[in-house]
Order: sequence, then structure tokens, then C-alpha cells
Amino acid sequence: MMTTRMTTPTTTTSRHDQAFRALDAVVDPELDEPITDLGFVRSVEVDDDRVEVHLRLPTSFCAPNFAYLMASDSKDVLTALPWTGHVVVELDDHHDSDLINAGLAADAGYRGTFVHEADDSLDVLRVTFQRKAHTAAMERVLTRLLLADPERSEIDLHGVTIGDLPADDATAALLRRRAVIGLGEGADLPVLVDHTGVAHPRDEVPLRLRMARSTRISIEGNAHFCRGLLRTRYPDTSVPAT
Amino acid sequence: MYSYNGESYFIVDAHVALWDARPENQRNIHGKQFIDCFYDYHRNLSPQAEVWSYEDYLYQGGERLMKDLFTDGYVDHAIFQPAHLGEFYHRGFGQTEEAFALTQAHPDKLTYNHCWDPRDGEQGLEQLREDAKRFGLKGAKLYTAEWHGDSRGYKLDDPWSYRYLEAAQELGIRNIHVHKGPTIRPLDRDAFDVADVDKVATDFTELNFVVEHCGLPRLEDFCWIATQEPNVHAGLAVALPFIHTRPKYFGQIIGELLYWIGEDRIQFSSDYALWTPRWLIEAFVDFQIPDELSEYAPLTTAQKKKILGLNAAAMYDIPVPAELQLRAEAPEEVAVAS
Repeated sequence: MMTTRMTTPTTTTSRHDQAFRALDAVVDPELDEPITDLGFVRSVEVDDDRVEVHLRLPTSFCAPNFAYLMASDSKDVLTALPWTGHVVVELDDHHDSDLINAGLAADAGYRGTFVHEADDSLDVLRVTFQRKAHTAAMERVLTRLLLADPERSEIDLHGVTIGDLPADDATAALLRRRAVIGLGEGADLPVLVDHTGVAHPRDEVPLRLRMARSTRISIEGNAHFCRGLLRTRYPDTSVPAT
Repeated sequence: MYSYNGESYFIVDAHVALWDARPENQRNIHGKQFIDCFYDYHRNLSPQAEVWSYEDYLYQGGERLMKDLFTDGYVDHAIFQPAHLGEFYHRGFGQTEEAFALTQAHPDKLTYNHCWDPRDGEQGLEQLREDAKRFGLKGAKLYTAEWHGDSRGYKLDDPWSYRYLEAAQELGIRNIHVHKGPTIRPLDRDAFDVADVDKVATDFTELNFVVEHCGLPRLEDFCWIATQEPNVHAGLAVALPFIHTRPKYFGQIIGELLYWIGEDRIQFSSDYALWTPRWLIEAFVDFQIPDELSEYAPLTTAQKKKILGLNAAAMYDIPVPAELQLRAEAPEEVAVAS
């Protein structure tokens, strides 16, 4: 339900699109998908240099720390657009809507918003989920290699480097997630690594692959559930099931 | 008991509730938001024919509970796992007196677990001792995202939580059902993280920790700690209804659980009245890992029997008729279930 209040048709239409596309960069940390794909952007309104975005989530009881992260990231990317003057981001229908919206309006930051419930920052939380997203992306490319070549055993994945990967969507997704956690994309770098880029010992490869698989299944399962709940809660949504 | 294809299954529903979320019991908007969230779970994952009206969903009452579980639902024994939610509901969400009265009327069919909140301090500890005596507690349900004054969550390894777990161990309350929710203090960390379960499972080896909805949304963290802690178990609440909407995903969950923690530490539960047991039991007995998930071994009948009832019966000393125990060709398994 995107709405655009127009002043001068050509510029505001494109500004509306620019605002929506800017929100592509905001990712749900748990689901590792953009909030625009997940259907979390309820509306975008542009009026000259003013932009107002409403977000919605699958339940009122989605975790408030993640809800705040997505809302404050949204405000940041919209504020960074060259033409925006006044940016309003509001989270609708959440148990912490009042708290989070007041914090965003005042640019109070995480600690200013949650006061006694906040110790330091959400940086560690964000990094934890960036690492999980990398783990899942790593499992996808390696399982794809195993399926493509039945002769290859799990333990053989030990020597696989980035240069061995096919030029496909899964590899591109892995490289993006490596970059987020500070890992390079050199052809000789190992693929099955921990979050610091160190390859796991050869004898641990089957176990590490299994652990990575459970991470991937967990993230994908949560994404199924959240998309389904969003459609149940907001039947008007056009977000596809997967 | 449920019979299908010449096999009979003893059924323990390890997580049921008797709740009251009617408007007159809602203390504030959060009481409505909470039950609406449950209702969306219910509507989203139930087969169309099993969806209740919103009115019915707000309060089911004891008579309907008995019918849904025992008359229609094949359940032999069910265990109440109440959530208090005193900040959202005037008289609490779980209806203690009504559920306990039902348990007293049907002691062969029902077990009443109660709940505690470590933020109630010394007074709560005294109450726990009284509750243990009054209800004859074998287990408890802990919801770590319970709101309490200006606190909206706690961790199992908080100092006061240790005091309560020590008391539980002393009082013979052995089975601790842990339900993770979205809030915790500080919000800096992931509220669904199960690292605190790992810690208390190491420090309280006489207690069993049943992690409800098998750690979802953190299945991977749960599997890893359960692999290392023999007293950590998986409750299938919330995970099981995916069997209808997303059978492949359910196949992956049950495949992962069997791989990491094995068939002796997984418990069936409908999470009634989130969902009703009949269709879940029918679907699970009929379920097989999809062919495309070749990395997992097929589910066996013995595994299904353990998950549907024998595992929880062993944990709660619920008598199982001889003909419903596992057959003698697996003698070590009979020993576990008897």
C-alpha cells in the first residue's frame, strides 16, 4: 500500500521510489532478508523534502531490540538521501510502538530509547546475526557443491577455496556476507571458515558442515514462519510465501 | 491412545494450558496483543477445518479442554504448563484454580505444573515451597520473557533464578520447562539465546530442562547445547504444526533434532489451546521424512512412540500399559520407557 502525496509529479514519484529502494539496504538481522522483500514496509509518503515511512512486523511481540534496529536503520538510510529534510519512521502495531517511535522522533539512540533496559549498544547483537548469515550462506554453497558432484565427500570440502565456486547466485550471496563480517574474496581463500576466516581442521569438516546446516535451517524456517504470520496478520499483503 | 496401521501409541501431551484471555480479564492493550499473536499462530498453522472462532479462542474452559484432549484428541495424559502474565491479565493468563481442580478430578489424566518468577525474591521462594506441597509439583514452567514491574525478562543464570532452582531441586521439582520469549534485560543481547540453559543444565544435573519449541527461533543453538548436556530435552510445541503447512521444513527440524540429540529426548506437545492434539497426532504418525531430504534417515515407528508419549511418561513416572510399551526386541528401550 505505497502512497505518494504529490507536489510536482515527476520529482516526487522518483523520490518515492528512491526512498523505497533506499530501504532495500535495511535487513532483518534474524532473517537475513531486506525489509522491503519481507513486506515490513507498510507505507512510504513523500512530500517535498519530508518522508514518512511506516513499518509493520508479523506480531506485536516480535523482539523489541530487532524491531528497534530495523526502524533506526530505516531512519538512517532515509536521512542519508541527499534530498531528505524531515524524516519520520514509525513502527505500527507493536507492543513497544510508543517507546520506539518516541525514541526515533527524538533521535534518542538505543540507550536513550530503552533507558534502564539498555546497557551499551546493539552492536554485538548485530554482529552475532551477521555471523549466522555468513554461516548459512557458506552451507548453501558447499551443499550445492556436494549435490553437483556425488564423488565429492564432505571431508573433501576442506580444501575448497573461493576460486572453486561456480559463478552463481549462492556464491555471490556468500561473498556479500563475507564482506559484511570483514572477510575477503580472494580466489585462494578457504570457504569453510569460522567468523575470523580461519579454516576448520580437516577432521572437523563434517561436524562444522552439520552445524552450519542447522543454522541455515533455523534462519530459513524463521523466515517461512514470519512471512506466513505477516500474511495472516495483514491479509492485504502481496508478499510471496518464500 | 491412538491406533493406526496395526500400531498403538501411548500419548502424553507435555504442554497444555487452560487460559482466560477474555476482554474482562485483559489488564491493558498487551493482554489483547498477546492473545491476538497466539490466534495468528493458530490461524496460520492449523488446517482450515481446525480453526476456532476468535471468541472460542479467548477462553476454552475445562469441559472443552477435556473433550479436545481426551475424547477427541487421543491423549492419555496431559501436563499443564501455565504462563502467569500478571502484567497483561488481571487474574493471570493460565487459570491456576480451574486447572488444578481438573487435575484433582482426573489425576490419572492430568498433571499440574506451576510457574515461578525469580524476581519475586524471598516471598516467591516461600510461595514456591507452599505450591510444591499443595500441587504436588513434579515440574514447572518458566517463561523468561514475563514482564514484572519495570523488568521485562530474566535469564535462568541470574543469581535469584539460581536460588529458585536450588529450591526446586530440594523440593523434588525435577522437570523444568523453559520457554524463551522476546524480552530480556539487557536488550543488548538476543533474548532467544539458550546459553543460560546450558549453564543451569551443567550446574543442576538432577534437573531436566525441557526447552519448549526446541529452541526455535534458535534451533541451531539449542541443538548444540543439547548435544553437550544430557539433561536438556526438546519440546515440540510450535514446531509440530509445521507438519501441515510446511512438511519439508518439519522434516528438517525433526531430522536435525534426531541427529543432534536423539530419539529419547524429544517430547510431543500440542501447546493446547494454541493447537488441538488430534490432527497433530494423526499427521505425525502418518509423517515420513520427504525423499528429497536424503541426508536424514527415515523415522521409525519406535521413534514415533517415544516422541508421542514414552519419553515424557518416563520423565513424569506416568504408568504405561504393557501393550503400549516398546516391544521386547529392543530391551534397552523398554527399560527407558517403563
